[in-house]
Amino acid sequence: METIGQSVPKKESPDKVSGAAMYTADRIEARMLHARYVISPYAHARIAGVDAAEASRMPGVRAIVTGQDSDVLTGEELRDRPVIARDRVRYQGEIVAVVVADTEAQAKGAADAVRVRYEPLPVVHSPAAALRPDAPILHERLGEYVRGAGVIPIPGTNVASVIRIAKGDMEQGWAESEIVVDNRVTFGPSDHAAMETRSAICEIRPDGHIVIESSTQVPFAVKKYIASYFGIDSGFIIVKTPFVGGAYGGKTAIHLEPIAYLASRAVGGRKVKLVNTREEDMVTSPGRIGLDAVVRLGSTRDGRIQAAQILYHFDGGAYNDKSSDVARAAAADCSGPYAIRNLHCECLTVYTNHTFPAAFRGYGHSELTMAMERAIDKLADTLGMDPWDVRMINSIKPGDIAPTRDRLTRSNLGDIQTCLRRLKELSDWESSFSRVDDYKVRATGISCFWKNSSIDSDAGSGAILLFNPDGSVNLETGVVEIGTGTKTVLAQMVAERFGMSVDRVHVKFAVNTLDTPEHWKTVASRGTFMAGRAALKAADDAIRQLKDIAAAVLKVVPEDLAIGGEKVFLRDDPSLSIPVKDICYGYKYPNGHAIGGQIIGRGVYIQRRIEPLNPLTGEGTPGPEWGVGAQAVEIELDLRDCSYRLLRSISVIDAGRVLNLKGALGQVMGASAMGLSYASREAFYYNADGQVLDPTLRDYTLMRYGENPAYTVEFIENPCLEAPFGARALGEHGLIGMPAALASAVSRAAGVRLNVLPLFPETVWRARNGGEGTS
Amino acid sequence: MRLEWRINGEGRSADIRPADLLLDVLRESFGLTGAKPGCRNGDCGACTVMANGLPMKSCLMLAVEAAGQDIVTIEGLANAPAQRAFIEMFAFQCGYCTPGFILNVHALSLAHPQADEATVRSWLQSNICRCTSYEEIREAVYSVLGSARGTIDATNG
Ligand code: FES
Ligand code: FES
Repeated sequence: METIGQSVPKKESPDKVSGAAMYTADRIEARMLHARYVISPYAHARIAGVDAAEASRMPGVRAIVTGQDSDVLTGEELRDRPVIARDRVRYQGEIVAVVVADTEAQAKGAADAVRVRYEPLPVVHSPAAALRPDAPILHERLGEYVRGAGVIPIPGTNVASVIRIAKGDMEQGWAESEIVVDNRVTFGPSDHAAMETRSAICEIRPDGHIVIESSTQVPFAVKKYIASYFGIDSGFIIVKTPFVGGAYGGKTAIHLEPIAYLASRAVGGRKVKLVNTREEDMVTSPGRIGLDAVVRLGSTRDGRIQAAQILYHFDGGAYNDKSSDVARAAAADCSGPYAIRNLHCECLTVYTNHTFPAAFRGYGHSELTMAMERAIDKLADTLGMDPWDVRMINSIKPGDIAPTRDRLTRSNLGDIQTCLRRLKELSDWESSFSRVDDYKVRATGISCFWKNSSIDSDAGSGAILLFNPDGSVNLETGVVEIGTGTKTVLAQMVAERFGMSVDRVHVKFAVNTLDTPEHWKTVASRGTFMAGRAALKAADDAIRQLKDIAAAVLKVVPEDLAIGGEKVFLRDDPSLSIPVKDICYGYKYPNGHAIGGQIIGRGVYIQRRIEPLNPLTGEGTPGPEWGVGAQAVEIELDLRDCSYRLLRSISVIDAGRVLNLKGALGQVMGASAMGLSYASREAFYYNADGQVLDPTLRDYTLMRYGENPAYTVEFIENPCLEAPFGARALGEHGLIGMPAALASAVSRAAGVRLNVLPLFPETVWRARNGGEGTS
Repeated sequence: MRLEWRINGEGRSADIRPADLLLDVLRESFGLTGAKPGCRNGDCGACTVMANGLPMKSCLMLAVEAAGQDIVTIEGLANAPAQRAFIEMFAFQCGYCTPGFILNVHALSLAHPQADEATVRSWLQSNICRCTSYEEIREAVYSVLGSARGTIDATNG
């Protein structure tokens, strides 16, 4: 039975089309209290006083929590962020107080009545402004913050962290270069805009257990960090996560949970519910990182890149959260999928008065890809070479050395050459520029990407398989179902291993850290890899147990048995068999004696030989494999007003092995849509005071039905030997090359070099008329 | 104030504030949480229900206005063509936008069984899906428009 590769519909499909699927905020209980925030209208200000006297007397108000109620600093990389602002706000939307009341309306009314006195401070608008010698310092106590090993702050400046990649010999690289090009790209912060806004519910039970229900990608990390922030034994913390309504990295930040905990603590442990409004979800909770990058490439006249000097200034926002780690991931893969012997990268994560960033699908890779690919296009133009050829000539191969000094193999590196060749055919590259009429031009842009994950070296996953009396099996893993269909794919793997129908594998969707085996975090497209390895191990464990008991009943040795079709049978004579259902709850002999018991398979997996990067040189091993792909975007531009239509989006990706075809296509197309949406229309606009002007889905425009291009997605299958069935990561990859390919296509059509995002028609028009947007 | 509605074919009543949105009354008073808040501003369509056969954003309608109207939420559909098509075409991932999209498509298939491209586009632009590429949703829509008319199971509210 072949289940792997089949387009098995997501197991939660019936729940999701009927309204039965429950998300965190769908919990509605009469006794639950509701919380609303008081948020700062200032991007940077001193808090001179919070007067909650009037608010606390309002009907239904049960508590008002302010920064004075907790001096805990939070942050996974750098503990720099108070749960609730204490004496200073550093971004517009930062939470200053939280009102708990019987109803949401009462909480909102009282929140509006809380009087906060602010003394505005000068606002830092960009990484460039933050790095000026006279810039206001946003974190004076930067040097005192507790920090993780890979974070190197520069106290007395706004640099939260610095990391360098230094490989090869730059002097020699420049000496061997006949042509040198410089290219700068810039783009500001934007938002994940998941349709479900973040929410958290917390209660402290009489026995001391803290129960948090949260729309998070990281329930196990919530448990761990709440324990460490507040000095509580982690066994007393229970985190539950039902379905999550879109995450894209944005729900990796531990943001609402500590607030919900403080709110519940303030009302004697009663259950308190906190749901972000859309506006709060956009400005108060974290968004996507911004970047200002300069790439200098040195090359021979025939297009061989000899040296690359890369400078990243990431807009790390008001607090670090994961921004320094996103930056580190970008630095680790800064070359893109190109073999560049002499490479230097300096990567700064810089504090500004913007909303703090969280992980965002791609984790620094669409950012680094935009920077590198635009530089490669410029190099090709300067050399008068075909941009496809420049990419092919320099593409990275097994045997080459990654920026992290990992030796690349056929297993840990995808096959970019095959992807590029196939892309050339699918995109009709030979006719990638044409005039439609006097005003309209069609052009295609291409890009290549690669991506490894960069997660903790001891990150792991576990799986439990519990048999039912009917011989079917229940699969439990700690992966959060955020829409990627991972739990269905895991069920396919288990079904494949047992040789049974995937319909007979039941999966538990909700995660409960009390009884679900830990899955480190549902991030980095590593769900199928880590949980898959654990699930296969659990299946093997169960199979061993089933064979042992079957061997006793059939009076053979277990080694001669095989499993399939819900039977355990003798390999050389399948007619001698016993149904799984007769032994999976123990076997009962005719005389009533019984042996065995319920079969419980267990499996765990921990990452293999991952090493943190050396922040001075970039040496290390960030993750198990580099996935690769080549992408193209075709557009039609109207030269009169510079409006354009997205015609085609093409992706060729090395999937290693496709586990669920339609699911995989959906991941790539959905990610591509997200990449095209933010590259063409998404950004926060700030006024002179650093306030976001477009914090609603009316002003912050996402791509809508019919604005999308036609999608072509093809997979090649060059397996990663460490991964279950050879499958490489896939969930983020469709996004990574899209902004660069779009910028390339629009640049070719418009005849100007575009290096900013998003590419509004107005941006293109200004560039054509000599304004900003070019370099 | 106490009001009555016809929801998924059943008469229902509840005490509400005049300012309450239909969205909140559906969710809080009747537990019909298939209607999702995404923006409470009419921008995302996640809260879409059917009111007298037409799609309506329940965050843009006061519960008072909806009194006496025939309201259908996602919980009121059972095995409708749009539901089946969304599963078959993989037209959702996280599923948060899905009830709203399905009710929109269901209403479209009733109102314009032969809808042309422009009509489909103008109806579906009122909803946002952040997970899919819309290509999957397009396939689902056309498979419904091509099929028999849907039915409403009024007993499943
Ligand atoms: S919640 Fe009603 S349109 Fe968004
Ligand atoms: S399926 Fe997630 S927003 Fe549409």
